[in-house]
Amino acid sequence: MYDGKQVRPAYRQLVDWVESTSPESLAQKKQEAEALFRRIGITFAVYGEGGDTERLIPFDMMPRVFTEAEWRKLERGVKQRARALNAFLYDVYHRAEIVRAGVVPADLVFRNEAYEPAVVGIEPPGRVYSHIVGIDIVRTGPEDFFVLEDNCRTPSGVSYMLENREIMMRMFPELFRSSRILPVDDYPQRLRRTLASVAPRKCDGEPVSVILSPGSFNSAYYEHSFLADQMGIEIVEGQDLFVQGEFVYMRTTEGPRRVDVIYRRIDDSFLDPLCFRPDSMLGVPGLMNVYRSGGVTICSAPGAGVADDKAIYIYVPDMIRFYLGETPILKNVQTWKCGDPSDRKYVLENLKDLVVKEVHGSGGYGMLVGPKSTKEQIDAYAERIKADPGDFIAQPTLALSTCPTFEDSEGLAPRHVDLRPFCLVGQEVHLCAGGLTRVALKEGSLVVNSSQGGGVKDTWVLAD
Amino acid sequence: MRLSVRHSTLYQFDAPMRFVTQSHRLTPASNGCQKVIDWQVSAEGAEFGASFVDGAGDLISTMTLQGPVERITVVVEGTVETSSGDGILRGHREIVSPLVYLEATHATQPNRAMLDLRDLAVGGADGPLDRAHRLAGAVADAIAYTPGATTPQTTAAEALELGQGVCQDHAHTLIALAIAAELPARYVTGYLWTEGGGETAEASHAWAEIHVGRLGWIGFDPANRCCPDERYIRLGSGRDAREAAPIRGVSRGGGGEALDVSVVVAQQ
Repeated sequence: MYDGKQVRPAYRQLVDWVESTSPESLAQKKQEAEALFRRIGITFAVYGEGGDTERLIPFDMMPRVFTEAEWRKLERGVKQRARALNAFLYDVYHRAEIVRAGVVPADLVFRNEAYEPAVVGIEPPGRVYSHIVGIDIVRTGPEDFFVLEDNCRTPSGVSYMLENREIMMRMFPELFRSSRILPVDDYPQRLRRTLASVAPRKCDGEPVSVILSPGSFNSAYYEHSFLADQMGIEIVEGQDLFVQGEFVYMRTTEGPRRVDVIYRRIDDSFLDPLCFRPDSMLGVPGLMNVYRSGGVTICSAPGAGVADDKAIYIYVPDMIRFYLGETPILKNVQTWKCGDPSDRKYVLENLKDLVVKEVHGSGGYGMLVGPKSTKEQIDAYAERIKADPGDFIAQPTLALSTCPTFEDSEGLAPRHVDLRPFCLVGQEVHLCAGGLTRVALKEGSLVVNSSQGGGVKDTWVLAD
Repeated sequence: MRLSVRHSTLYQFDAPMRFVTQSHRLTPASNGCQKVIDWQVSAEGAEFGASFVDGAGDLISTMTLQGPVERITVVVEGTVETSSGDGILRGHREIVSPLVYLEATHATQPNRAMLDLRDLAVGGADGPLDRAHRLAGAVADAIAYTPGATTPQTTAAEALELGQGVCQDHAHTLIALAIAAELPARYVTGYLWTEGGGETAEASHAWAEIHVGRLGWIGFDPANRCCPDERYIRLGSGRDAREAAPIRGVSRGGGGEALDVSVVVAQQ
């Protein structure tokens, strides 16, 4: 927010607003916002804490602001990355040219847990595997954006982006009247069009899309039903679908209805007991055969996870050069592979300054933030790395940008933020003008995951 | 050798099922050692569809049947012209990287005892082909053919500890050992003609393939201490018995089911 000592122009209007509003009135607004969230029912299951796991993700009223010019650069970078990731996925399930060319090591692809032999050689419509790419980005300077990680399977959080905006508009309509803020509420309809644009080749009419959810016990069920509602499509569970002959059908009160596109929110291994885990009750028997024979599209495609692995991440800039012949617009964070002996030596010697992550982990679980850890924690983590070095990567702790955030005792205070914009990939590639800004609410903390005490903010792109 | 196959699987349900869905890997592919003359999979009242050839070159098809279903018989009939190719899988069209078959599954996870057996078997071996042969011999020595001693859920580690098993256990154990020796290995199903012919328990058979450098995939049948020859028809493959299964099915709505499998392989 701050440009040296000066408030950046994009934030000027917001700062004027905060300064002209009394602390009491702000406190009241904060309570109102929380009440709205509770009424809507956005809660988030936190794993690993025991007890009551449903809780509210803290919402911060102070939005994060981008100018349109800043955003356009980010947009080009995210779309470029989304195209390269999809090209990589098509390639590794076909001729694997990038492996033959020696750009990405064969073992990293073919021996990857997320590599799915069952989909080798199949042609997903439009050659798209990851239809919703969520790219986690941090900013370290005015022009410096770094990608922390790519999410090619089902990046969560889009419902927060939409609800945060909804609540801000309800509570502060005057801010939206005086600023031209690019809309995010077209996201559900764009997602719906994206899904329709990847209808299978055997679909001969208006494509029917559904959301396949594991059910109401899942922590993200709210988001599944919210999106289904916003898109105007059905939300189904495995038992609502069945395979007959060439196609997948949904049971409805008017009889079976053919389904063309399935936006699934269940993991690969549960999709079909005849192809993956035989004990899965969440999936649809025969679904993978219909998919592989071109009778239905599954979004994201089974096997898409091989592109968002933290060990593969290192090679994304190479993918951009290899498939697109372009220079990467967004930078990767320098990453050390603990499986590599010289990298490992460096990592073990510098743990107190590094962030170490599990290669297959996500959600901020099981990571070490060196500068925030005790010597005992660091020593214990070093033992884990030595036991399975290939399972870990390390990155420097970045000087993340901060964003003004309401804090109970201090009023506005700087807190570290990251950003997850959502990129849709179908016949066209589209980036929603906003995203989920996650904020580390603890002073000085760099971990923004909601499971680790992070909160969320609205993200504004101001039109030029 | 011209071999004819008749393979029927009868499912009898305690109570009528609402529906039955099966994924079939029941059609052999023609390759350098086998030419499919005619082949047919049928089941009365069932609908077949959603067929495709997967990355490993297997034809997969889907069978669905709406209930109430009390019983169903899946019948496979066909004729294949076979020849011997020293166990080498020649002319088989597939695009899956062999490296995929270096990853163990639950059934083929090597344990300490296997690592010891591997070390014992391959000590002083001359190249990957020799290592593969020695591993196959070690499995044949370590696991005595004993029908009924294991179940379809038995893992390689369990079978080795028991020292008894059937062709599935031999194949799983050989795969586990090969993976432990950094040789890609996979499970293969098929049919085996035996002298004297007629119906035998081993007619529906399974063995392992090990990827040996430039030679590519080579079959090893530890149960019979040989490499597949003209007596064998190769049906399909996977990383273990579950992935390679000729029939994977789900029946919903009723109680239990009884299964009756009969396989006849005859020389024409």
